[in-house]
Amino acid sequence: MNYFLTAEQELIQQIARRFARERVAPVAAELDEKGEFPRKLLDVLAKTDLCGVYLPEEYGGLGGGMFGFCLVVEEISRVCSGVAICYAASGLGAIPILLFGTGEQKRQYLPEVAAGKKLGAFALTEANAGSDSFAQETTAVRDGGHYILNGTKQWITNGREADIYTVVAVTNKAKGARGISAFIVEKGTPGFSFGKKENKMGIRASSTTELIFNNCRVPEGNLLAREGMGLIVALKTLDQSRPGVGAQAVGIAQGALDLALKFARQRVQFGQPIIQFQAIQHMLADMATQTEAARALVYSAARMIDAGAKEISKSSAMAKVFASDVAMRVTTDAVQIMGGAGYMKEYPAEKMMRDAKITQIYEGTNQIQRNVIASELIKERD
Amino acid sequence: MQIVVCIKQVPDTAEVKIDRKTNTLIREGVPSIINPFDLHAVEEALLLRERCGGAVTALSMGPPQVEAALREALSLGVDQAVLLSDRAFAGADTLATSYTLAAGIRKIGAFDLILCGKQAIDGDTAQVGPEIAEWLDVPHLTYVSGIDEMILAEPARITVSRLVEGGYEQVRSSLPSLLTVVRELNEPRLPSFRASLRARTQAITVWGAADLDVDPERLGIDGSPTGVSRVFVPEYDRQGQIFAGGPEDQARALVDLLRSTRLI
Ligand SMILES: Cc1cc2nc3c(=O)[nH]c(=O)nc-3n(C[C@H](O)[C@H](O)[C@H](O)COP(=O)(O)OP(=O)(O)OC[C@H]3O[C@@H](n4cnc5c(N)ncnc54)[C@H](O)[C@@H]3O)c2cc1C
Ligand SMILES: Cc1cc2nc3c(=O)[nH]c(=O)nc-3n(C[C@H](O)[C@H](O)[C@H](O)COP(=O)(O)OP(=O)(O)OC[C@H]3O[C@@H](n4cnc5c(N)ncnc54)[C@H](O)[C@@H]3O)c2cc1C
Repeated sequence: MNYFLTAEQELIQQIARRFARERVAPVAAELDEKGEFPRKLLDVLAKTDLCGVYLPEEYGGLGGGMFGFCLVVEEISRVCSGVAICYAASGLGAIPILLFGTGEQKRQYLPEVAAGKKLGAFALTEANAGSDSFAQETTAVRDGGHYILNGTKQWITNGREADIYTVVAVTNKAKGARGISAFIVEKGTPGFSFGKKENKMGIRASSTTELIFNNCRVPEGNLLAREGMGLIVALKTLDQSRPGVGAQAVGIAQGALDLALKFARQRVQFGQPIIQFQAIQHMLADMATQTEAARALVYSAARMIDAGAKEISKSSAMAKVFASDVAMRVTTDAVQIMGGAGYMKEYPAEKMMRDAKITQIYEGTNQIQRNVIASELIKERD
Repeated sequence: MQIVVCIKQVPDTAEVKIDRKTNTLIREGVPSIINPFDLHAVEEALLLRERCGGAVTALSMGPPQVEAALREALSLGVDQAVLLSDRAFAGADTLATSYTLAAGIRKIGAFDLILCGKQAIDGDTAQVGPEIAEWLDVPHLTYVSGIDEMILAEPARITVSRLVEGGYEQVRSSLPSLLTVVRELNEPRLPSFRASLRARTQAITVWGAADLDVDPERLGIDGSPTGVSRVFVPEYDRQGQIFAGGPEDQARALVDLLRSTRLI
């Protein structure tokens, strides 16, 4: 399929591909096994200029938009989506600043993220606020020129490793959903610490931790947008970033397809390579078709966002839900095509299957995405 | 500071095939890369530039297709690239190669530091770096695994760690000087987006023999005293022998052995 990439987009893709193949591939299995954060790899990535691919040039980025971001996430995910998500989650932390930050906030935080010198993270989820993100319990109480944060965020990607956190907290309980606000909190702020690192099924190179706020004083200048805008900040951010999860899923699916295809050509049973069996051929044909369809949807959603479209929730949700379901199916089929070998750690197929699962869960579960798509459909009818 | 990095284009394989008739390397059909050690030299040059300012020049001698290696160096972020290319340079051994490279460096101008790889993965002699230093009459430090100190104010000097068998050696030298570097020195970067875009249109300076202040007799095959009579993997079939007893017994045994083999 030809997506008519510009010369710049091709270069972005090419550099990300080299990073994935030359640097990530040799260590992916080890990072997965040890659950080790890929700090050295991110330092190499920083020097490629790709950390700021989606940020405007005035903040040190490349101005490549969410489409550029998706190209990078896809290429890295093709080899290891655990490494890719460390990169993507940093973007998730920076996007709210890009969308809602003041000029000063953008100048202070974005160039360092663009240069890869600092990592971002995004903290919405809590123990009792998963899909129901309105049920926030972390509080932020105004005290002179500061807000005092108390509470615990759960399962935050890049926890402990990131430098800049966008954190959602309740500023006025009486106002319900309109009483929630978003803050930029820097690592090292007194009263801000990290809980245990989770031991996960997949994307094990990434770090997932609790963020603990204990009378953490955050300057009022770190409030994003206005008081009460917190959920809008969070939801608009996720609308923008969801194609990124889709790109992660496309990358995983493509990686699994490449692997299954190569294996099927080589593995001989009943005197012939298993790729000669029509049952295998049809599985491969479906895997390739689904992966391509997912890519087309993800690219379209990203291009819509970059073109400045207003209504992006539905397209963005569609890209995420479809691509992640494809990744789960394609990786499962890749393991099936590879038989017992697919189940063994000698090949990355089983890792890809474990890694694929998260794309159906985070940044809004696929059930929640379907709710979003349906509610948009219902709105459109009148 | 002004840094020159010497990069060599080599075939992308650890196992270079050798033409048994001519005893030369068969390069056809093998994709070319920058000698891996030289990528560490480029990385260190760029890190030093980030720290101390200045400019980095990548220099290579070879046929016109070496331009690809220099363009890759530009996409990593070096400021300019110089290719020494001329039919007269062909067939050079390490002596003629280093002579020509040294002439190129003189023409580039004043430098504080020259960086080379420890050795090329095809030729493997590890001679070119030290030879360049001799031609230019500057000190050289080989097998550098770390730059510990760099002082540009007079008296300018550099302190490095050298990887030696069983450990490290810390040595200091005046500047300008030449370093040959090992993998342990750093983690080489990949091409960056911005530098890659620039590299696409950046001109590469090409100098032939006529552009350099050189003695034609010292160039290429004519300037290469090395003759390759045979290429082979050395066999280690020598056996060590350990003498027992006190110092005197051991000395006597050794003398007896040397006498019996007519070595003394
Ligand atoms: C590895 C990992 C990394 C993460 N990183 C981050 C991060 O960086 N930042 C962050 O803020 N969060 C992060 N999360 C949290 C993630 O976004 C949540 O796990 C996700 O939103 C779902 O919430 P939950 O796990 O509490 O599931 P629940 O909300 O408890 O859902 C459980 C099940 O019920 C279903 N369900 C819930 N409500 C409905 C409904 N209304 N209709 C139909 N079905 C419903 C869900 O689809 C799901 O199947 C991360 C999670 C993981 C596992
Ligand atoms: C016996 C013998 C036979 C040879 N036969 C042939 C042949 O038939 N055809 C052929 O093409 N070559 C041949 N060569 C190779 C050629 O002489 C060497 O490639 C060249 O002299 C460099 O030596 P080296 O590869 O050992 O580099 P080394 O001395 O191991 O290289 C050390 C460092 O010097 C620098 N350097 C070396 N060469 C260059 C260069 N050209 N430009 C810029 N920097 C450089 C790099 O920084 C490199 O890391 C032969 C070499 C020998 C010793």
